[in-house]
Amino acid sequence: MNNNKIEYLTERLEKILADRLVSLHRLFDELTIVVQANHVHSVSEILRDHQDLGFDTLIDLCGMDYLTYGDETNALGQSDGRRFAVVYHLLSVDLNQRLRMKVFAQDSELPVVDSVTDIWPVANWFEREAFDLFGIVFAGHSDLRRILTDYGFVGNPFRKDFPISGYVEMRYDEDQKRVVYQPVSIEPREITPLVIREQNYGDSHAD
Amino acid sequence: MAEIRNYTMNFGPQHPAAHGVLRLVLELDGEVVRRADPHIGLLHRATEKLAENKTYLQSVPYMDRLDYVSMMVNEHAYVMAIEKLLQIEVPVRAQYIRVMFDEITRILNHLLWIGAHALDVGAMTMFLYAFREREDLMDCYEAVSGARLHAAYYRPGGVYRDLPDTMPRYQSSAIHSDKQTQQRNQNREGSLLDFIEDFTERFPTYVDEYETLLTDNRIWKQRLVDVGVVSPERAKALGFTGPMLRGSGVEWDLRKKQPYEVYDQVDFDIPVGVNGDCYDRYLVRMEEFRQSNRIIKQCVDWLRKNPGPVIIDNHKVAPPSRINMKQNMEEMIHHFKLFSEGFHVPPGEAYVGVEHPKGEFGIYLVSNGANKPYRLKIRAPGFAHLAALDEMSRGHMIADVVAIIGTQDIVFGEIDR
Repeated sequence: MNNNKIEYLTERLEKILADRLVSLHRLFDELTIVVQANHVHSVSEILRDHQDLGFDTLIDLCGMDYLTYGDETNALGQSDGRRFAVVYHLLSVDLNQRLRMKVFAQDSELPVVDSVTDIWPVANWFEREAFDLFGIVFAGHSDLRRILTDYGFVGNPFRKDFPISGYVEMRYDEDQKRVVYQPVSIEPREITPLVIREQNYGDSHAD
Repeated sequence: MAEIRNYTMNFGPQHPAAHGVLRLVLELDGEVVRRADPHIGLLHRATEKLAENKTYLQSVPYMDRLDYVSMMVNEHAYVMAIEKLLQIEVPVRAQYIRVMFDEITRILNHLLWIGAHALDVGAMTMFLYAFREREDLMDCYEAVSGARLHAAYYRPGGVYRDLPDTMPRYQSSAIHSDKQTQQRNQNREGSLLDFIEDFTERFPTYVDEYETLLTDNRIWKQRLVDVGVVSPERAKALGFTGPMLRGSGVEWDLRKKQPYEVYDQVDFDIPVGVNGDCYDRYLVRMEEFRQSNRIIKQCVDWLRKNPGPVIIDNHKVAPPSRINMKQNMEEMIHHFKLFSEGFHVPPGEAYVGVEHPKGEFGIYLVSNGANKPYRLKIRAPGFAHLAALDEMSRGHMIADVVAIIGTQDIVFGEIDR
């Protein structure tokens, strides 16, 4: 998107959404709006139906877990201690523009966000995925089942406090003649440690 | 009157027409599908979670394994997302190489699609024809990266190395005599670019062959025309992208509408369908063969005339050359740090979508300033398409479900991630 288009869209969004807009960010020529959880449905409807916005396609919907993000001033949108967010990537095929919408779930113990399946039917599976992997509940979703994990899986694997090796492993038991689950037998190991440099470390971004 | 109840049937995950590991629970009324409930996740490897525990460079090969029939395009979206966050500019030659290999990949993908789709519908020969051409293109992959499928050729900042001056050649064996081998190596005497050019000369004839077999074929048309019709409005609401959306008559192609790399420098057209049925999507993809071929030709021309670097010389991101690394302390340290700790990406978020052969393939990358991504979300086109299978197949016969799965170009590597 070129500069004029982004500025125009920014101005329109600020005017149309008015007080429903928590914050608006621009980074790498991408626009991000942050919206309150109880406004998701009404804002989505406006985004799709308003003639200047016209976001007719939901390209992507995903969950986010901000548990270990660190310095949240770097994040787009303040989480204020709220752990889970849902990120929507919208596309307008007619007007050729994109928008990212971010919604923080109020309650970190039981994150609930309104479903947008009736606005963009494609959200159906995406919401099931976010429910499966992050445990975010979408109120109003007609068929909120797990989608990617195994039948009978316990836990939400993409949460930051879920270990990469999981809790259980599966094997075929010769005596019982069936597949059994048992606690994982592998040790978690970290090959490359996670490193976050302090700002301007060695001035690596100066050149 | 006797009570008539719907019949529930399992389709897959071992069914040959299920394209891998799709389990479909079909609710049937006689032979008519009333509801289709795809069960996915049988190939779920948690790529996104694994990527959070690897440095940025270490995750490049994971991208190959997403959609394992269009490897390099997956890498492309991923490296472009990193480049966006790092705010680095890729050398023009690398951009042309990427565009050329994107289009080679598109042909590779569509070849597998036409082969599998036709095989599902009952035309065995297509599969053999398609794999004959795939062989040539996979040799291009091999020449440039050493691997025939999982290339890991695109790197943040460019591509791993420049195009080679020689092509891998056949060797004579008990089956192939010296004379035969010489004949088989005929178009492999020159450089990779010569080989690709030779391919682009031959390829339109091959597409004509496919069309002779299928386009006016009575059985093919009976199986595809008016099956799985999607209106343009519905296609947008269902999140369709790529040939699925264009088949419904929406003129939408990221290469034209939101051009990346050098797609605005090359000349090509976007084919668009009219009726939004399986047959139109077939025609759209057939035309994409020819358009991709056109793009490759232009890239070959440009690449011949314009030598230059293929990766940036910022050694905070891209490794120094092997020679410098062995002779120069500074470069050696750069090399060591890059391949042990990896580079750091400044905090921020970026979404990059590319026109994948199947639709819009997107990477949403969130960084908190570390050497590993904080969150990586892969937007797979097939995920949205398969979600619409229920709606597309309702009221059709079981045999049509197979045709619809074929037309959606389903690959489980990307759907299950």
